[in-house]
Order: sequence, then C-alpha cells, then structure tokens
Amino acid sequence: MKLYDVLIIGGGPAGLGAALEAKRNGADSVLILERDRELGGILNQCIHNGFGLHTFQEELTGPEYAARFIDQVKAEKIPYLLNTMVLDISPEKVVTAMNREEGLFEISAKAIILAMGCRERSRGALNIPGYRPAGIFSAGTAQRLVNMEGYLPGREVVILGSGDIGLIMARRMTLEGAKVKVVAELLPYSGGLKRNIVQCLDDFGIPLKLSHTVVDIQGKDRVTGITLAKVGPDRKPVPGTEEFYSCDTLLLSCGLIPENELSRGMGIRMNPVTSGPLVNESLETSIEGVFACGNVLHVHDLVDFVSKEAASAGKRGAEYVLGKREKNEYSFSLQIRPKGGVRYTVPAVIRPAYMEEEQIIRFRVGDVYKNHYISLYANGKRLVHRKRPVMAPGEMEEVKLTRQQLFDCGADSEIIVTLEEE
Amino acid sequence: MEQRELICIGCPMGCMLQVTLSSGEVIEVTGNTCKRGDAYARKEVTNPTRILTSSVRVSGGELPVVSVKTRSDIPKGKITECMEALTEIEVTAPVEIGDVILENIAGTGVDMIATKSVSGV
Repeated sequence: MKLYDVLIIGGGPAGLGAALEAKRNGADSVLILERDRELGGILNQCIHNGFGLHTFQEELTGPEYAARFIDQVKAEKIPYLLNTMVLDISPEKVVTAMNREEGLFEISAKAIILAMGCRERSRGALNIPGYRPAGIFSAGTAQRLVNMEGYLPGREVVILGSGDIGLIMARRMTLEGAKVKVVAELLPYSGGLKRNIVQCLDDFGIPLKLSHTVVDIQGKDRVTGITLAKVGPDRKPVPGTEEFYSCDTLLLSCGLIPENELSRGMGIRMNPVTSGPLVNESLETSIEGVFACGNVLHVHDLVDFVSKEAASAGKRGAEYVLGKREKNEYSFSLQIRPKGGVRYTVPAVIRPAYMEEEQIIRFRVGDVYKNHYISLYANGKRLVHRKRPVMAPGEMEEVKLTRQQLFDCGADSEIIVTLEEE
Repeated sequence: MEQRELICIGCPMGCMLQVTLSSGEVIEVTGNTCKRGDAYARKEVTNPTRILTSSVRVSGGELPVVSVKTRSDIPKGKITECMEALTEIEVTAPVEIGDVILENIAGTGVDMIATKSVSGV
C-alpha cells in the first residue's frame, strides 16, 4: 500500500489551498483526490464575479479564482487523481477509493486533510408537500446545468430560499431568457448578501417575498405551478394567504450542509451546530493527524476565507508529518464556549502551546444584531471588545486572539465568545 | 426635483438611501450611515455599471460552454443588448482563459473574454 505524507480529500478551493501549503511547508508527498473530472470544485460553476477581493485584491470569477490555485498546484508539481471517489477512510488513515483506471484501491497517509465541501439542502429535507414532478432543482444543480452543461432547466421559475446561490441563479436564469416570477424566503430577512439582492433581484425587477414559503407543488409529470403562503412568527403558513404562481421550474436555495459522511465513518467527533468536525486551533479533528478546512468544516460565504483556512490546515498538516509539534507545559486545552447570540466557533478548542502568534476564531450569529460588541473573555477577563454596526446570520464573523493575550491572563478554564450591547 | 430610493450594497447594514436629483445632477443623498453610501448612491443614479458574466457555446471542446465576462464594467442599460450579442456566438476549442471572445460587445468599447480554459477533444 502506497504511503503519502499528506492526502487531501477534495480538489476544490479548500483542497487546493491545503495542498499548496502542505507542500510549501515541507511535506514531500502530497496527493489530491477529486471525484469530478477537473480540479476547482464548485468554483467551476460559479461564473459570476466577486471572488478574490481579499486574496488577490481584484474581483475574479469562480473559474478564474480556481485557475490561479490550479496553476500553482501544477507549478509545485503536486499530483492529483481526478474522477476518483473516496469511499472510506479508516481511523488509521487508510483511504479506500475507486476510479475507472485502477478500480478499487487503498492508500495510506501520515496526515489527512478533509476538504470535501458541502452540498445543498434537498427537497426531501425541506418537507414540501405536493407531487414529485420534474422541474424541481436545487439552485446549484441549475447553476451547473446552465453554466457548464449549456442547458436552461426551465422557462418560468419560482425560487424558494434567498441564499446567495438562489439570488445569483435568479439573475442568471433571467439573463438566459427565463422569467423568474418570485423569490420566496421563509425567514423575515434574506440569507444572501445585500449586493446580490440589489444586483440580482432589484436590477431585474424580481420580487422578494420575505416570511413566505412554498405550501404546494402542482403538476404530475412536470411542475405546472406552486402555491406560496405567508408564514407567521412561528414560521407556520397562515391560512388564507395562499397565492398561486404558474411556473415550470422550482429552484431550492435553502441552505448548505457540510458533506461529512467520510468524517463520520472515521468516528470523528462532530459539532451538531455546524454539522462539521470539532477542531482545535490547528484545525485538527478529534483524530490526531486528520485536519479539516473549508465548507466541510463550516459553511463559508467567501472563498477567500476558505483559502486562508485551508492554507492554515495545510501548514499544520505538514508540521504534524514533520514532527514539529513538541509537547510542552502549555499543552493543556481550553474550550471555547459560544454564548449570547454566537452559535458556534471554529476552532472549538485552543491549546495555547500550539497557537500561532495570532489565532482567528470564526463564528456565526443566530439573528440580526445592530450596534453590538463582539466580546471575548478568558478566565473571566475581557480580552476583546469590538463594536460591529450590524451582524447577520448570513455573514461569517471573526475575532482575533493573540497568544500573548492568553498567556498574560493565565487562562486555565475556558474562553467565551459572546455578543454584548455595550 | 426627482427622488430616487436605493439600498446601499456597501455592507450588510443595507441602508435605505434617498437621492434627490435635479436635471440629472445629484443634489443630496440622505439615509446613509457612512461615506461609502454617499459615493455608491451618486454613482448608481448617474452612471450605474456592472461586470456582465455569462457563457457561450463551444464546438469541439471537452465542455459544451465556456464562461465569459466583460473585461471591465459596462453600463447597466447595455446588459440585455450584450446578452443578445452573446447568443449568436459559438467559439471553437481550444479556448484559453483570457482569450477575447467578442470585441467591443454591443458598442460598449469593452471586450468579452473567456474566464476558463476549455481544451479540445
């Protein structure tokens, strides 16, 4: 069985970024396993622009952003296998995969970086009543059909969910000649970026109905229409508010779920809030030498942050392989506890001994908060207190903590990340 | 005097902006919290522009379409005309990222370029 230093599961933005930094930090043999026919992952179908402002200080389209990383991977001569599906990873880091050339095969690794990304919440997970005709797609499937395969999946469209992919597909379908009749959102606010509401809906006069959901799908062979209804504060449909829209297509943009079948199969401890692995400051999971980054860890809104996180995981993976992690007197663990509107944090645990000079803690809030402070407490002492004019569930937040701050306050119990009014 | 209402896209705050115009000139912007809102409103009511991204057909390629974009932003009012110009285009593989797909699209003075490489089969 072939042994690699670092195996990367997934060749999207997270896998590419992790592979590069693993190699650059001294890992000799790095291999990327990708199930699609090319590297780049979901960026290949995200042909709109707005990627890379943080990483490259310019606005790129998804394929362009991917190409920048793929070119670097090729320049570093990092090998990769395409059309290769990983079926299983054992806790001993033996990977079972298959492809058309080699059939079923096993390879093992000293370190593994999980970079499988996420997938969309499906109709089945949403419990929408009605028939099961053709014409119901996740927004991302429609995006792939239009942007990569050259098909327009429908002519008259209703979109449920106002996440960014749904908004972007509202514009894309309109540009390609379809009529997008309405975007309905269950919540009283949109999960998408303001910029996308303005440039994808308002620019084309597409109405956004907040606090609305689909209560019926009509049509036996193909969708012929859907019924929307207003929902109350309990998010249940309000009788008498039903409205019928004739359409041939329903797109669903109702959230993303990290794709962790492989992680669960290995027995990695998961965070029920993110549906991703619980990780420490090194982005290492509960299994030593197994790291996670990108949307498999927690769903990001900007790929730039995925790349940054992936670089960190790659570096830590290489350090693990090279035995650069000496134990010392600070090798105790501090739990990070999210409180007061903070839903989760990544990482969930910090071992001061292994911290970089500066540690970024990323999190999401559970509601819209205006003029609140992000506060971080360690050992009861407030180390960070930063005002934010507005925070929303759709936008990832971060708080930075230095190793010195943590040493100075002698934290020995837990770290709390919370929101405060003053 | 003309009144226009906009939502600022500068940050998640999404301020409701009111712009007062007189014969095409911006007189006043209100509702903004910061100066980014003011700048956005002035640009958006006088000269709104967008980067247009789309895809065009490819013959003989590993993929049936290639993604494209305008090299720089174009007037918002030209988007439909540009899309119509693109429907008639078919390029032949191989296509290299950055290749010009259509020069001076819809008289905007801006080229449409490929944002992905598609090799031939």
